[in-house]
Amino acid sequence: MSWKVGAVLRGRDVLSILDFDRHELERVFEEADLMLRALEEGRRLSILEGYVMATAFFEPSTRTKLSFQTAMLRLGGAYIDLPPEHASSRAKGENFADTIRMLDSYADVIVIRHRLEGAARFAAEVAEHPVINGGDGTRDHPTQAMIDLYTIRRALGRVDGLTVGVLGDLRYGRAARSFILGLTIYQPKKLYLISPPQLSCRHEVLEKLEEKGVDYEEVGSLDQVVSELDVLYVTRIQRERFPDPVEYEKVRGSYRVSSEVLKEAKESLVILHPLPRVDELAFDVDATGHAWYFRQASFGVPIRMALLKLVLRG
Amino acid sequence: MSRELRVSKIKEGTVIDHIDAGRALHVLRILGLTGSEGLVIAIVMNVPSKKLGRKDIVKVEGIELREDQVNKIALIAPSATINIIRDYEVVEKVRVRVPERIEGLLKCVNPNCITNQPREPIKPRFKVASLRPLKLVCEYCGAELGQEDIIAQFTKGG
Repeated sequence: MSWKVGAVLRGRDVLSILDFDRHELERVFEEADLMLRALEEGRRLSILEGYVMATAFFEPSTRTKLSFQTAMLRLGGAYIDLPPEHASSRAKGENFADTIRMLDSYADVIVIRHRLEGAARFAAEVAEHPVINGGDGTRDHPTQAMIDLYTIRRALGRVDGLTVGVLGDLRYGRAARSFILGLTIYQPKKLYLISPPQLSCRHEVLEKLEEKGVDYEEVGSLDQVVSELDVLYVTRIQRERFPDPVEYEKVRGSYRVSSEVLKEAKESLVILHPLPRVDELAFDVDATGHAWYFRQASFGVPIRMALLKLVLRG
Repeated sequence: MSRELRVSKIKEGTVIDHIDAGRALHVLRILGLTGSEGLVIAIVMNVPSKKLGRKDIVKVEGIELREDQVNKIALIAPSATINIIRDYEVVEKVRVRVPERIEGLLKCVNPNCITNQPREPIKPRFKVASLRPLKLVCEYCGAELGQEDIIAQFTKGG
């Protein structure tokens, strides 16, 4: 079974979390377990020796880009990185498609981040080699969703049957959107969407929840539901996604998670955050057993190792 | 009867009937017919119709429109019927059907969609999410286009 699924992933583009079914995700997670063990044991791997990955980040990134590059190096592969705009041919007016074609001729896989929605899908049409979406516009961030689901699986052993809350910017944040869509591949017991009205989940995401039979409820504050939660996913209210700065000032800080708010929470509550955080997650939470977000960030490497291995070699 | 007949019968060609009133010119635009092709085209607008109250009719002489061409008409004239005429007789009559995929005809409404980037070799592409009411979804960014968005695009500078 696993072999077959692995073979299916070879050569695949990774554009949206919904491109994956449950078996395929589990295959990625099994592979990530192996990668994590190898990392913990300090074993040197050469699975992707001779392979080259191109990272083309047209938008700022720390974790995603560095963890992809680390993943490739840890597997014995190499990477090339598209320089910032002012230092590359794009400053001379090269279009996106031509940039992708060039990278496609140099590398075996392309990881892309772009501010425009659909950029990764377009790149996948232009390129012969697999394209992995490292985040495009306000929509998709499939590898982040894999990391999130994997973290829950590591922390609680399962995703099915859990009560999950997603807090913050559910409208403009691609990490939250991808995570919520990723949950539809599993069977959570209940999903609470916790946000101010102007940042509520988009209707097409709600439609997907309904289509997949996920029991969800939109609520206005964390206090109402915190005691029920097994998982709380906190997201940053992204300033750069806000059309109006006045609106941004109004809502920031009003959805802050602190140890005080968590007094009612289950002891086993797992808190996730795609990071970076601003002021939505207080530092005093870091010392509690709920804080899984740094481990979550560290899982970026084994998950991306697993994905690169499966996409390039099956 | 003959007094009612505003445009004479055609010998060979295509008659598009039951177009929503006022949209005949948009239909021609969708078909890519400008008049400069030299084809004989008759347009009748806002005539009484039992079915629609008022309707438009387009007659194009000398060509039989292909199914994929006429189906695009369904985007703005969902009740339209296509009559293929040979030797003055209707030999085929079909209702238009919205194609499953629409490529290159409409613009995505999302300004942050990659398809709205100038100088990129990309055509907007939509799939049908719902027929009634008509709802299209951009295959690149997922943005939705409703019937009003679609009509607005065809009527803009129409």
